[in-house]
Amino acid sequence: MPELIDLLNALVLMTNYVILPALTYGSQLALGALGVTLVFAILRFSNFAHGDTMAFGAMATILVTWWFQSMGVSFGPLPTALLALPLGIAVTALFVLGTDKFVYKHYRGIGAKPITIVMVSVGVMFIMNGLVRFIIGPSDQRFADGVRFIFKAREFKEWSGLSEGLALRSSQVITIVIAVALVAALFWFLQKTKTGKAMRAFSDNENLALLSGIDPDKIVRITWILAAILATVAGVLYGLDKSFKPFVYFQLLLPIFAAAIVGGLGKPIGAIAGGFVIAFSEVAITYVYKKFLIYLLPTDMEPDSLVQLLATEYKFAVSFVILVLVLLVKPTGLFKGKVV
Amino acid sequence: MSFLVGKSLSGGYGGPDILKGCNIEVDKGEVAVIVGPNGAGKSTAMKAFLGMLQMTGGSITLGGEDIIHLTPQERVRQGIGFVPQTHNVFTGMSVEENLEMGAFIRDDDIADTIEEIYELFPILKQKRLQAAGELSGGQRQQVAVGRAMMTRPSVLMLDEPTAGVSPIVMDELFDRILEVKSKGVAVLMVEQNARQALEIADKGYVLVMGENRFTGTGQELLSDADVRKSFLGG
Repeated sequence: MPELIDLLNALVLMTNYVILPALTYGSQLALGALGVTLVFAILRFSNFAHGDTMAFGAMATILVTWWFQSMGVSFGPLPTALLALPLGIAVTALFVLGTDKFVYKHYRGIGAKPITIVMVSVGVMFIMNGLVRFIIGPSDQRFADGVRFIFKAREFKEWSGLSEGLALRSSQVITIVIAVALVAALFWFLQKTKTGKAMRAFSDNENLALLSGIDPDKIVRITWILAAILATVAGVLYGLDKSFKPFVYFQLLLPIFAAAIVGGLGKPIGAIAGGFVIAFSEVAITYVYKKFLIYLLPTDMEPDSLVQLLATEYKFAVSFVILVLVLLVKPTGLFKGKVV
Repeated sequence: MSFLVGKSLSGGYGGPDILKGCNIEVDKGEVAVIVGPNGAGKSTAMKAFLGMLQMTGGSITLGGEDIIHLTPQERVRQGIGFVPQTHNVFTGMSVEENLEMGAFIRDDDIADTIEEIYELFPILKQKRLQAAGELSGGQRQQVAVGRAMMTRPSVLMLDEPTAGVSPIVMDELFDRILEVKSKGVAVLMVEQNARQALEIADKGYVLVMGENRFTGTGQELLSDADVRKSFLGG
């Protein structure tokens, strides 16, 4: 039997390298997947441009952040980006509404098939992708300021007397707090307000919604605004936590879609569950368990290898495999969503 | 003149006319039933009243006002309630939310109307927080009628409300429809269960090939030898 101190060390190790990062990453994926699932539920197509909408939103927020910083505005211990977020959202919402007006609206009007609109969204994705790189450049941008750590690993070690350290970064706390608040606000909106209910009604039965006098143009507008809010917040939180690089957001599309589909496309609650399923799988499968096992196993059973199931370079394979498995075994996902 | 009047209605879905000049009218506090063989244009006639048909002729007046150029949504605002034959509830939403969505165009307090609907359909009050998609066929039809009643319509149109429900449920639904009528609503419905429907009908219309074949009170049609032989199975 491992001693208590070893158990505690193993637990801290797990929290520091798996649970906290996965919770953070899961929150970011959940926000992204919520946007995808919302657009799917109301506009009835899979929006491939969502990853790049996140990049666009993050870029807009970064530009505003730099502008604020140049004027000496700061948000105290919190990152200035949070102060810039509302403006970033506004710019993104306007851009997204513009794409709807000039691109998607036409295809809705001619009654295009969902797959056609998906292809249209791929086109929008490339345009946004290019636009973002044209404006802010393809390289890494760091824009996080304010206090970086709530407590550092060393401080934790001194406080607890354990040999393993636990660091709590402010970006992790900010991500989780904002994600919880935003999801709560979104659910309140969808469940309790007249407009939110009308959106659900429109998603449930479009003809009956029209017959009930629900204005489809307004529903579409609000859907895009919500998608812009979710994408911008998810993009900024991801950027604060890691760093901002346009191409990375494009790659995020796979785990985000996997999350939305695992949860059940069109189901907001599924998008959240899916986000955490994907995040925990990705982090847990690419984690190196050697040290963790050394704490838990008797000395003669200590592993020689790294005990890593998959190298981090292949982390996208995790979402891909989960996606394929879900589509094969339970295409409606965890919460009985729609089948594409 | 009746409250809702369709005169020499002609129109179709872009191809040849399906309605060829038929006349249908219903007054407040009346039940009018449209019956006829498959493909007679019964549902099409209903769509004409709702504004979902390309009209090539005829006129529709509601309370003396011409409504032929209004969109379906505008007609709902003018006081026409419609219960489609299928997909007539929001399956993923609760019974109460279905009723709320029925009243979407209203800006005033709808609590009283919801209570009225619950009085009319007591089972819905019990199931108010349950998703409409989880209810039985008969209960679902009650939700559908309740949803359409939320705008406090002066005309309620029902497209085969008893399709696919058991005879007992059908009788109950007809009883409810009579109650709706007693509130001074004009009820216009298309029915496959012609005999039972004509029994509660003040007016009956037998359509064949998009034209009026027989018109009369429900009892007249039921006792008419030709109607019985051709459309009611003897």
